[in-house]
Amino acid sequence: MASTIRVRAIANGDTTEVQALIQHPMDSGFVKDAQGAVIPAHFIQQLTFEHNGKAVFTADWGPAVAKDPYVKFGFKGASKGDELKVSWVDNKGASDSTTAKIQ
Amino acid sequence: MRFVLAPVLAPVLALISAALAAGVIAQAAPAADKPDPAADAKAFRNYFVTKFPSVKLEDFVNGPYSMNEDMRKQWVEKEEFPPYDFALDAGKEMFAKPFKNGKTYADCFENGGIGVRQNFPYFDAQKGEVVTLELAINRCREANGEAPLSYVKDDMASLTAYMAYTSRGKPFDIKIPDDPRALAAYENGKRYFYTRRGQLNFSCASCHVQSPGQRLRAEILAPALGILNAMPIYRSEWAGMGTISRRFITCNSQTRAVPEEAQSEDYRDLEYYLSYVSNGLPISGPGARP
Repeated sequence: MASTIRVRAIANGDTTEVQALIQHPMDSGFVKDAQGAVIPAHFIQQLTFEHNGKAVFTADWGPAVAKDPYVKFGFKGASKGDELKVSWVDNKGASDSTTAKIQ
Repeated sequence: MRFVLAPVLAPVLALISAALAAGVIAQAAPAADKPDPAADAKAFRNYFVTKFPSVKLEDFVNGPYSMNEDMRKQWVEKEEFPPYDFALDAGKEMFAKPFKNGKTYADCFENGGIGVRQNFPYFDAQKGEVVTLELAINRCREANGEAPLSYVKDDMASLTAYMAYTSRGKPFDIKIPDDPRALAAYENGKRYFYTRRGQLNFSCASCHVQSPGQRLRAEILAPALGILNAMPIYRSEWAGMGTISRRFITCNSQTRAVPEEAQSEDYRDLEYYLSYVSNGLPISGPGARP
């Protein structure tokens, strides 16, 4: 199975612009399926971007974030070729992570 | 006597010549009723080009984004990281994965299924029916002993997304053979497109010919010209991918008409008509729509 995370980080001057797309159902726990049974809540609780072991972006998410979430932010202090680690953990304990090179 | 008769005869002669002229028109009329897809396509394209003089012809395939500058800005940014990316990867994987008998989708299609989207739908002279890409995919599966896929989303959308992606930029090249059955299918599709139906009494054309660029609540209506070129689409409203079948079904239900079965004869004929009138416009699928 391919990674659930797509990430692209581009250094532009002293700012690095990061975009990421994560594949996740992000079920809120308030939706019923076709049979009328509640689809249990299943959402990413924490999303972290690390540069050189230091978290540059952390998001504490809840059930209100949409399916397949997209994130975009910028940070300072990185240069081309550095590695950026992205990881998430959801409320069922599942997780995924990937590493991208800053372009 | 002669001089007296003449004034009486003149109107009679006039009547006869009028009747003759009427006869000629009556004979010419059936010829005008014969379907002329080439003329239809030209008129169809002209209508949109005239209605939207500032929109480039090949831009019509981008639907609402060709009609609204703000939406275009959002879309351009979104395309850097398109939401159909995951479907595209899944489709590529599925396309390459062999069936239980060892064959793959590539064996069912011309050129191994790569860059062929623009030729669908086509008229199958043997079966006497319109074959869409979605139908061809399921026929391929059934011929190889696999269960058919659901027509509306998920796997079917991923597969068609991948096949459209490999055909991006290629102009629609739909052919209508000189076969009365093919012409009848085309005419049926055209009739379906222009027929009002449902509680709201809308035809497909009410929105996509009369009102493209107008708002429907928060949405911007897409022009019918090039509307299928971007299929399948990731719709944010659906939070997922949808095929042409899904689009037709939801269009029908949104106007409170009774949708047909996916890949019904009417829907396939409609796809045939809509694709034909967009001939020459490039495939841009898979697309992303709000």
